[in-house]
Amino acid sequence: MADMKGTQLIHEYLRHNKKFPHVFCAGCGHGIVLGSLIRSIHGLGLSKDEVCVVAGIGCSGRLAAYVDFNTVHTTHGRALTFATGIKMAKPNMHVIVVMGDGDSMAIGGNHLIHAARRNIGVTALILNNNIYGMTGGQCSPTTPSGAFTMTSPMGQMEQSFDCVELMTAAKANYVARGSVFHVKKLDKMIMEGISNPGFGVVEIMTPCHTQYGRKNKFKTPVDMFKNIKDTVISIERYNQLSEEEQASRIPSGVFVQKDTPSLEEKFYQMAASCQGGA
Amino acid sequence: MSVKSKGNSTVTIFPDWCKGCGICAAFCPGKVMELNDQGKAVVVKEEECISCGFCELHCPDFAIMVRPKADDEIPAVCRAVLEKAARKTDMPADGSAAEKNSSDMEKG
Repeated sequence: MADMKGTQLIHEYLRHNKKFPHVFCAGCGHGIVLGSLIRSIHGLGLSKDEVCVVAGIGCSGRLAAYVDFNTVHTTHGRALTFATGIKMAKPNMHVIVVMGDGDSMAIGGNHLIHAARRNIGVTALILNNNIYGMTGGQCSPTTPSGAFTMTSPMGQMEQSFDCVELMTAAKANYVARGSVFHVKKLDKMIMEGISNPGFGVVEIMTPCHTQYGRKNKFKTPVDMFKNIKDTVISIERYNQLSEEEQASRIPSGVFVQKDTPSLEEKFYQMAASCQGGA
Repeated sequence: MSVKSKGNSTVTIFPDWCKGCGICAAFCPGKVMELNDQGKAVVVKEEECISCGFCELHCPDFAIMVRPKADDEIPAVCRAVLEKAARKTDMPADGSAAEKNSSDMEKG
């Protein structure tokens, strides 16, 4: 499998007994994230047995069904707790959690901040499409103020969460934000997130045309991709802009990178010292 | 990166996997692809392809393959996908195909 690339590589990692094409809508970014995840794992040289993909509920939860790794499709919001158990039992396994924005920050919000506090060696991919896509387009914690959704037809009045700031404050070891338009950067971020010790979070800006785009004047999936191309910019460029310009842009890049020892590392050290001292 | 030269690559689209989102056609620098009247992507100007790989990286359905013209052999795994798609369309219209698909869906 060493010299494969592109579509051939991705087809090699898919489960061919599943029904293809996958269930995501036309132009959904989740398919691109799936490809990026496969390329990153292949790029790190990990075998299929060394990787466990844990997914929650929602559109992003379907991702785990299509890839030929060890996969778990878990309950809503609890993907990180399942992943914590798997990582503690098998510390050498690379556990990757795929969650949507509603799954991770609304229902699983508490699990997310506590996974970051514990610094468990899991990589979380948060697929942020600003809405609850699968259940009919309700507003989620990351829906921008003023955006139109099924449950906020006159515009969203609440403030939205910034995943990067939340995770930085909760002391995650690796925090990055990418987008499905800038795929090569995203591949690099996921690879870094997997190889970095401790809790890693990669927030991925992805479009939901069916539920979010149609209500917010994006006529086609291509318009949503153009919007992502224009609004998601690197942190260096973001810092040079004035405050008014910053309001409509989203910074992307690596925000935090630390080497704090992870929970399972500390646990196995303690277990060894207890056994040695007895 | 190597110098981009035109006309050295072949673009293959698996029509059964394409959902017609139009990302490949909209962002292709050489305007190699277009959407046909069924809303699916088709290759119209293959000689303009500079093999940048944008369409291959950004196709959410893994339906596009760009490869050098020199390798005329389609990789085995992708050939299996094409053959499976061809078999599906040739299936008898007695409902057995529909049953198979629904049971696949349940398995998830």
